Amino acid sequence: MESLREPIRPLTLDVSDVPSVAFGPSNTTWLANVFYMTIEGMMFALMFASYFYLRTRVQQWPPGHLAPDLRYGVANAVVFILSVIPARWVQKRAPSGDRAAIRIGLMVLAAFALLATAIRVFEFTTLNCRWSDDAYSSTLWVLIGMHAGHLATELIETLVLLAVAFTDKMEGTRLADAAINSDYWYFVVVTGLLNFIFIYGLPRVI
Amino acid sequence: MATTEPVIANEKDAHDTELASRLARTWYQPRGVWGWLSNTHHTAVGKRFMVTSFIFLLLGGVLAALMRLQLIKPENSLLGPDLYNQIFTMHGSTMIFLFAVPMMFQGFGVYVVPLMCGARNIAFPRLNLFSYYLYVGGALVLWGGLLTNTGPDVGWFAYVPLSGPQYNPGHRADIWSQMITFTEVSALGVAVCLATTILRYRAPGMTLNRMPILLWEKLTISFMVIFAMPAVMVASGLLLLDRLVGTHFFNPAEGGDVLLYQHLFWFFGHPEVYIIFLPGAAIISTLVSCFSRRRIFGHTPIVVSVVATGFIGFGVWVHHMFATGLPQLSESFFTAASLMIVIPTGVQFFCWLATIWHGRVQMRLPMLWAFGFFFVFLIGGLSGVMLASVPVDTQVHDTYFIVAHFHYVLIGGALFPMFAGLYFWFPKMTGRMPDETLGKWHFWLFFIGFNLTFFTMHFLGLHGMTRRVYTYLPDMHWQGLNRLATTGVAFMTAGLLVFIANVLRSRRLGARAGDNPWGDSGLEWGTSSPPPSYNFLYPPTVNGRDALWDATPDQAVVVGLRDDIREVLVTHSLDSNPQHKDEDPGPSIWPFLASLAVSATFVGSIFTPWAVPYGAPLVIITLIGWLWPRSHSPAPLPERTSWSH
Repeated sequence: MESLREPIRPLTLDVSDVPSVAFGPSNTTWLANVFYMTIEGMMFALMFASYFYLRTRVQQWPPGHLAPDLRYGVANAVVFILSVIPARWVQKRAPSGDRAAIRIGLMVLAAFALLATAIRVFEFTTLNCRWSDDAYSSTLWVLIGMHAGHLATELIETLVLLAVAFTDKMEGTRLADAAINSDYWYFVVVTGLLNFIFIYGLPRVI
Repeated sequence: MATTEPVIANEKDAHDTELASRLARTWYQPRGVWGWLSNTHHTAVGKRFMVTSFIFLLLGGVLAALMRLQLIKPENSLLGPDLYNQIFTMHGSTMIFLFAVPMMFQGFGVYVVPLMCGARNIAFPRLNLFSYYLYVGGALVLWGGLLTNTGPDVGWFAYVPLSGPQYNPGHRADIWSQMITFTEVSALGVAVCLATTILRYRAPGMTLNRMPILLWEKLTISFMVIFAMPAVMVASGLLLLDRLVGTHFFNPAEGGDVLLYQHLFWFFGHPEVYIIFLPGAAIISTLVSCFSRRRIFGHTPIVVSVVATGFIGFGVWVHHMFATGLPQLSESFFTAASLMIVIPTGVQFFCWLATIWHGRVQMRLPMLWAFGFFFVFLIGGLSGVMLASVPVDTQVHDTYFIVAHFHYVLIGGALFPMFAGLYFWFPKMTGRMPDETLGKWHFWLFFIGFNLTFFTMHFLGLHGMTRRVYTYLPDMHWQGLNRLATTGVAFMTAGLLVFIANVLRSRRLGARAGDNPWGDSGLEWGTSSPPPSYNFLYPPTVNGRDALWDATPDQAVVVGLRDDIREVLVTHSLDSNPQHKDEDPGPSIWPFLASLAVSATFVGSIFTPWAVPYGAPLVIITLIGWLWPRSHSPAPLPERTSWSH
């Protein structure tokens, strides 16, 4: 289609030179991602609040259970902290459009997510309680379960982006999506570490 | 000069015609059943939210009428206690979750906000469409429950232990819980779309300081939704887990706590009141300025009040729990907070009055409803001040006094502004004017009927009639007042029928509206009625707070957006300077399919937790289909330039 010749007008604001891809906070998907992290962050915050609220209802904490075994919890905390490195790397490389680098970065990130998910499966077996034991156990299972849901979501998202990165569609705004994916991963890491502190740490301290 | 002008004008006309046809091709809205399922344009989805939620207003109204008929005389046997329980629960749940929020927040927001921003579509239109279908899914689940005698019967807030596994076997409370999940995910999706649209799609020149009050309110409400609705999802989710898989969150015997449910519920529940009321206030601010023919008095104080309401609204939830025996200190704190919220609402009220006082009021239909709102909402607000006091609250707790109070607040704060807003934007949506005479009949029938029904309830409450009783004995002497209250329903029903007749008649036969029949200042009136699929031939720029009133005769327009792909302009959140261009993803069937997959999972999980692992792959597949980048055809790939900082 031939482009139309602009007629003479008194005043116009010509935006033809305005860029068509934005990275970082000016990207609309970045903003929506922040909103969704806020929503899910609120759910975590309310579950943490419930955890502390229920603590006030009993004499002992954990009530009649051993605190969860440290082994897998610590392993996952370490995996989470280390996984920030590939996430940050993808974020840094994305604006350059270097598809090979993005592929490698996403592959490493997906490997970390897969590892964390696998450890999570074992984590459930060493919580020293079942969800139906009492309110404490229910809270533990829901907190870790909710986080497992986020972990799975992030794993799938990373895998899909990885698949896109093997096609020529990994360009423009998809590069920005790859960068935004890392932001969401940080959210998964932060909530995972908070879970670790509250579930594994606090019962041993207080 | 005189010789060159016509040449320029002709060239401009020819250019505009060609541009319009190119934009119409690019921004086509698919038709037919497939088109209906996949159209992502905000005007279509917004109208659909409005029509659907209006249908639920009528259904909720039918339930209310049934309750009033049951209570018309003592020991009436029209409805049994079990059906009555289902009906009052369904009435409350329908009105709050299926009507008030979807109409006032989603319906008006989705339709009006992008137009008012001067944008070509809402941000994330597919998420918006997905949210609509999820809302419909939740509505069908709830009403499907009632029609199969599984209607929830635990009150619209489903308190434990009544709604817990011990006292409510079967699936009634489960249906309520999942309906909550459906509608809240929907409202959250729309909140994300609207907040992004307001922050990023505003016309150049519409700085934060010049943003219309309606947009400020929608932004505040979107944030309130984002912070409040997770609480009810957690509450209803934990309730579902208690019921379905035997967790013990609300079971005191195993270290759980029933008040935890109330805290979680009302942490959402009270902000919800403002999520319903603020859209009404936004409509009133818009109308009052338009029909007083002057700028709104106190733009800044109103905006500050709205934002303050958003914050204080989160600090008052415990006043719903005064009767639960909380420590006196917290009761005092929440009394103070509840009284404090009167201040921002009062500021808004006085600003509206000052606008009217100093304006030249045109008593058109929307303004009539605005006056109705002033009267009704003021009464509701005043009884609210009374209830903030713990001794009064304890005395009238769970009586018809409360029923009267919250109907004055909710019908006053939502339904009256809703009718005002529907009449106001009717010309924009249909291109036709509503009939003024029928509109006045509608107003007076409804206004008289409403006051007959609900003012009476104050006295019933003070005489000791508790809410949610399916019948009463003759020697209570409540019969006369109850009969009066039921009579009011007949008036309201007649009013609603007149409204429906007016809409059906006027959308075909009403006088042609033109672009801006009310002479309002909002950008939505700067395009044709109804707007074309691309909203604006040239995206506008803005010169002041009242966009159209402040526009210069040669107000600049935005050029340079491509007409062969759905390009939209993204501007800076604060100063609204052009920042980059985005591409609208266009129509798609995937949001509908995703909503089907999510609905199937939610419904299945009422019966078995295995529905989640079985449903998840379906949800994932549909989401990948939705988000997978598509090929650019026939247009070539746009040249990408990046912008980062």
